Amino acid sequence: MKVVLQDLTKKFRARGKKDGSEVIAVNSFSFEIPDGKLVGLLGPSGCGKSTTLNLISGLLKPTSGKIFFGDDDVTELEPEKRGVGLVFQNYALYPHLTVFQNIIFPLQNLKGAQKLTKDEMREKAYKIASLVQIDELMDRKPSELSGGQQQRVAIARALVKMPKVLLLDEPLSNLDARLRLHTREEIKRIQKETGITTVFVTHDQEEAMSISDMIVVMKDGVIQQIGAPQQVYERPVNLFVAKFLGTPPINVFKGEIRDGGLYIGAQRVLEAESSFSGACFVGVRPEGFVPCDGGKLECDLSRVEIMGRDVSVVCANPSCTSPVIRAVISSDTSINACSEKVRFDLKPQKVHIFDSKNEIRIDADLK
Amino acid sequence: MENNNKKAWLYLLPAMLFLGVFMVYPLVDVFIYSFEEGYNSASQTFFGTGTYNYSYVLRDPYFLQALKNTFILVIITVPLSTLIALGISLGLSSVKAVRNLFQTIYFLPYVTNTLAVGLVFMILFEKTPYTDGFANLVLNIFGAGPIDFIDGPYAAKMFVLCFYTIWVVMPFKILILTSALASVNPDYYNAAQVDGTSKFRIFTKITLPMISPMVFYLVITGFIGAFKAYSDAVALFGTELNAAGMNTIVGYVYDMLYGNSGGYPSYASAAAIILFVIVLTVTNINLLISKKYVHYK
Repeated sequence: MKVVLQDLTKKFRARGKKDGSEVIAVNSFSFEIPDGKLVGLLGPSGCGKSTTLNLISGLLKPTSGKIFFGDDDVTELEPEKRGVGLVFQNYALYPHLTVFQNIIFPLQNLKGAQKLTKDEMREKAYKIASLVQIDELMDRKPSELSGGQQQRVAIARALVKMPKVLLLDEPLSNLDARLRLHTREEIKRIQKETGITTVFVTHDQEEAMSISDMIVVMKDGVIQQIGAPQQVYERPVNLFVAKFLGTPPINVFKGEIRDGGLYIGAQRVLEAESSFSGACFVGVRPEGFVPCDGGKLECDLSRVEIMGRDVSVVCANPSCTSPVIRAVISSDTSINACSEKVRFDLKPQKVHIFDSKNEIRIDADLK
Repeated sequence: MENNNKKAWLYLLPAMLFLGVFMVYPLVDVFIYSFEEGYNSASQTFFGTGTYNYSYVLRDPYFLQALKNTFILVIITVPLSTLIALGISLGLSSVKAVRNLFQTIYFLPYVTNTLAVGLVFMILFEKTPYTDGFANLVLNIFGAGPIDFIDGPYAAKMFVLCFYTIWVVMPFKILILTSALASVNPDYYNAAQVDGTSKFRIFTKITLPMISPMVFYLVITGFIGAFKAYSDAVALFGTELNAAGMNTIVGYVYDMLYGNSGGYPSYASAAAIILFVIVLTVTNINLLISKKYVHYK
């Protein structure tokens, strides 16, 4: 089932203010979620991503705009009639019910022709439980489960009635790092096996990039960029998206394009062919630095951090907007940790240029 | 380690002394008195020991009346007040606009003096040569004749006592239940809503189990409080409760000690021990039942 959001806007009345001023949580949102895909809504906290999820679920009603599931307009439909499965950040498992009772809870709500017999419910519950691999735990209470197991129960409960759309609100934030890695692959696997269109919300860009078919980067209620994770990473449309994606984050320098070259400070770091000229921000991904003796960008070396697979070079440059630059280079590249200066060449495809006035991407042919 | 132990006991000493003198000693003493026949507190003498005090009290028509009154009071007021309080709390938590106003109004009885409230109830219900009282005015509208609630038939007096008790215990229950309802994570309701759960099912399957520890707490303390009722009856019917036929067990104990027919600490002790056994039994039954229905997190 594809999900279409059309010009969706949600305003909240500002709390504690009598003048009727409003907070725009979601601002004229339009995008289409293709059928059977896993979509990540990504953004810093307070950017309206959970509000968007609640609008899709129907728990919130939009101020304006429309929501379609397939060709059906569901904007005015109550949540229970939309056929969505929702997994809450804290799972919201009923603590007084066993895992089995939790999973069949949505089935027991069915009325009329949809009503199921006890055996049918049991069959469905066990089928879904084996999909998320919790069939051994059916008689336990949620308090007797680990965080990861609770997460699976919550997903099973959301899936048991075969929703048209599965919504996950920060599904991994309550898990420890190791479990998070495992669970996100599980979510991907379950989503693939069921083929249910899935939307999940996260503030963790790594999480979103790793499992999504498509990510939506948001800021202050406005969509910044939509696309496949790698595409968004490789071609960020503005400085915010560039900064938000990638760990360690992108290094931003104040620079200038003039005379067919890209300058950082006084150093001409790359050849640039562009219709633009003037002051700009130069974003360089950490993996875009190549240390070499004749490198064009000179930085003051602070320290070298060796982290097994690769080496992190921490240095500084007066043109950089942050006090430290972090460059990630492979561990077989030798670097003299004792010297005070380090010189880099930049990989052109890892360098992104943004207009310093509106922070929008500038297309330039870099060499 | 040895030293620390001594220190710990030293710190505990004041509390233990206090509890010992004012709690443990009187309890043991009452227990002993209840088996001493004809104990005289002035001369500190008694005739002998045995269970005569108990058999006297259990045969005393005043005690049996008090026992009956107390049981009726308990059986009517505890479930009714808890149910009504639950209803009002649910209502309160679903309104937003004037919630604080209502909360204040519902809480007023809690901070009002029992005897002052009793006076108001007397004015509402009492029938005097000059007026039939407010309650009778209302009854009149429905064509029912004037009833003397304070000095009339037993059922009428019992009704007033139960009404009064429920009214007095309600604020605390509402306070506890509204906060219990507010502490239920709204995500549970959202989850239930997305799954298309009916209002009734949300209440019975989610709300009620979630607040069950608090409901249970109110039922237990409600039982204990109602078994110990006394001042309510005094506020409505005066101190001559035996004559009014509205005495309670605690009232009987008091009368046996200090009332007009008083001066019998042995009988009072026996009655107090009987009350203790009743409360203990009922509370234990409550605990047993609760194991099945109360869900702690």
